[in-house]
Formats: sequence, C-alpha cells, structure tokens
Amino acid sequence: MTNFINGLLRLRRGPWEMVASILIALGVFMLMQPFALSLFTYSFLVTLVGTVMFIVVSHFPE
Amino acid sequence: MVTSTLERAAEATPPGAARRIKGLSDRAIAWIFVAPSIFLLLAVNIFPLIWTINLSFTNFKANRNREVEYIGLRNYERILTDADTWATMQATAHFLFWTIAVQVLIGFTLAYLINKKFKGNDMWTTIIVLPMMLSPAVVGNFWTFLYQPQIGLFNYVVAFFTGADASSFSMIGEVALAPWAIVIVDTWMWTPFVMLICLAGLRSIPESIYEAAECDRASKWRQFWTITIPMVLPFLMLAVLFRGIENFKMFDLVVQLTGGGPGNTTTLTSIDLKREAFEKWRTGYASAYAVILFVTVFGLASIYVKALNKVKER
Repeated sequence: MTNFINGLLRLRRGPWEMVASILIALGVFMLMQPFALSLFTYSFLVTLVGTVMFIVVSHFPE
Repeated sequence: MVTSTLERAAEATPPGAARRIKGLSDRAIAWIFVAPSIFLLLAVNIFPLIWTINLSFTNFKANRNREVEYIGLRNYERILTDADTWATMQATAHFLFWTIAVQVLIGFTLAYLINKKFKGNDMWTTIIVLPMMLSPAVVGNFWTFLYQPQIGLFNYVVAFFTGADASSFSMIGEVALAPWAIVIVDTWMWTPFVMLICLAGLRSIPESIYEAAECDRASKWRQFWTITIPMVLPFLMLAVLFRGIENFKMFDLVVQLTGGGPGNTTTLTSIDLKREAFEKWRTGYASAYAVILFVTVFGLASIYVKALNKVKER
C-alpha cells in the first residue's frame, strides 16, 4: 500500500494506470447496472475521466 | 552479370525522378510513402470523429434545413437521464455478458477436443466453422424460421427434451425469452471464431513442456491448469476483446431476428442509436449517444490491452 501511494506521489505510471482502470471499470459498471438511474447518469463522467486519465498517465515514467 | 534488386530499381527510375529523389532525405521519402495512409486515416476516421463530437453539442437534424444551435451538454443530459436508454444499456449488458461467457466456454472446449488427434479432425473443424462464414442477415432470417412456434425446428427440439408443447412458447415473441434467443443465435454463429483463436493458442504450446511435466509426474489435471490455461490465456483474452467490441456494436443479426422487440427487450444500443439517427432524425442527440458509446468502448479496450500485455509479459 505504501509503495502504491509513493508511486502516486512520484507520478509513476503503474499506480496511476491502476486508478484510471478502476475509474473506467466503475464507469462501465455504472452505465450498465440495473439498480439506480442516478448511477447511470454519472457513469459517462466517470468513464470519461478514467479514459482521459489513462491516456495521460500512460506517458508517465515506469 | 548479376545485379541486385536495388540496382535494377535504380536503373528503372527515370533520370528526372532520380534527380528529385536524390535531393530528399530518408525521412522525407518515408513521409512521402506514409502520407497517403495518414491522409486516408484522417479523412475516414479522425475527421468524422471530431465532426461527431462537434455535432453532439448541437440540435442539428439531418433532415431539416434550419439553423444549427449550440445547446451545450443538453443532449448528454437527456441521454443520461432517460430511463429507456438505461434499459437499452441493460439489454446490451445482458447480451454482452452471456454471449462472451458461453462462447468462451464452448469455444475453448471445442478447441481442446479438436486439438486431440483423431480421424476426421479436419472435416469436423470445417463443419464447426461453417456458421461463421454466413452473413449475419441470412442467419437472422433463417433463425426466425427456426424459432417459429408452429413450424420451427428449435421449438420441436426443446419439446422433445422437455416434454413441453412445441407451440406453447415463442422464443422471439416473449419478453422473458427474446433476450436469450439472440444470445443463442450469436453463440451459434460466433463460437467457431473463439474456437479458432483458442486452437491457435493450443497449437502454439510446445509438446516438450508437456513431456517435461510428464517426467515430473504432473497429473493431466495439473498440466491443464499450470501449462494449458496460462499459455492459452492471452489468446482467450484476445478472443474476449474481439467479441466484446463486436457485440457492443451488434446490429444486423438482432434487427433481422427480433427487430429490437418484443417491446424494447432486445433493443441494443446500436439499434437504439440507429433509430435516433435515421428514424427520428435527431442527429445531434444521436452524435452524443455515439460519443458515449465510443468513450465506453475505448476505455474498456484500453484497460483490456494493458491486461493483455501484462499476461504476455509473464
């Protein structure tokens, strides 16, 4: 966990890609889940933030 | 005298052109070769994408000759608060999850069996891949006949195994059964594709690894879990990626089979998008819808490719 936080603070690709991937997966789940319309409403925002973050952080150093 | 290909190419080049090329750097020549492809990519992929994003912020209707107004994020707001669109997403999720799960399971099993050496191996492979060669429109059409409650073969097969009356249910006419009807047809058509990819994976495993495992007295079960599955995993993931993206865009097969019905139970996102764009002519709204789908598929594909690379590195 400490390594993960250190990686985030030092702007390393691995942990940031992990955060972006979680956001994308969460957004897709929110888009397709059958439980709450409010989750569906915010799904695109979460996916978009995750996707843009993924594109940006994939240029960070290893 | 033997001359190399390069020398012959140099001799065949007209003197005028040769003089012009001699003045160019390698980088410039590389750009000349690559430029047509880049131009085509920009014209066919990038420009329509940017234009769609632009239209998604407008109230543009392709069948009306009126002034286009920029309405900000209103199209996105409408889509993401619409209960019908939400239901469409759920129908797509159901279709995606079940088709991929069943196709991977059956596809891998078939590949595993076909990979064993037996008589008629090639003939069975050809027979199994036949559905994949058919047009989705044709498949959709003839499965509507197979699903007919009165004359359809499918109902008679189900009746034979379950004892139920063949005409007592309609696969494409009942709300509860129609989502499964499209899953069955897509599985029938595309499992061979998954099988072929898995077969390529299975055939790429060197026999020596199994021989070494035999020497170490590893059981067949252990060989399967520690050699076969890890080495086929990148191929399986590739199959899931291809099928996932394809099924997210699924249109022709389902339109022919159910037309999105009964009600909206089999209306997948691509069918809904087509209705918005070319039946209701809400071009701006449909553009926003397309952007949402694009970002979703792009995001999913990104994390999937990352996972695939990690598995390959292992």
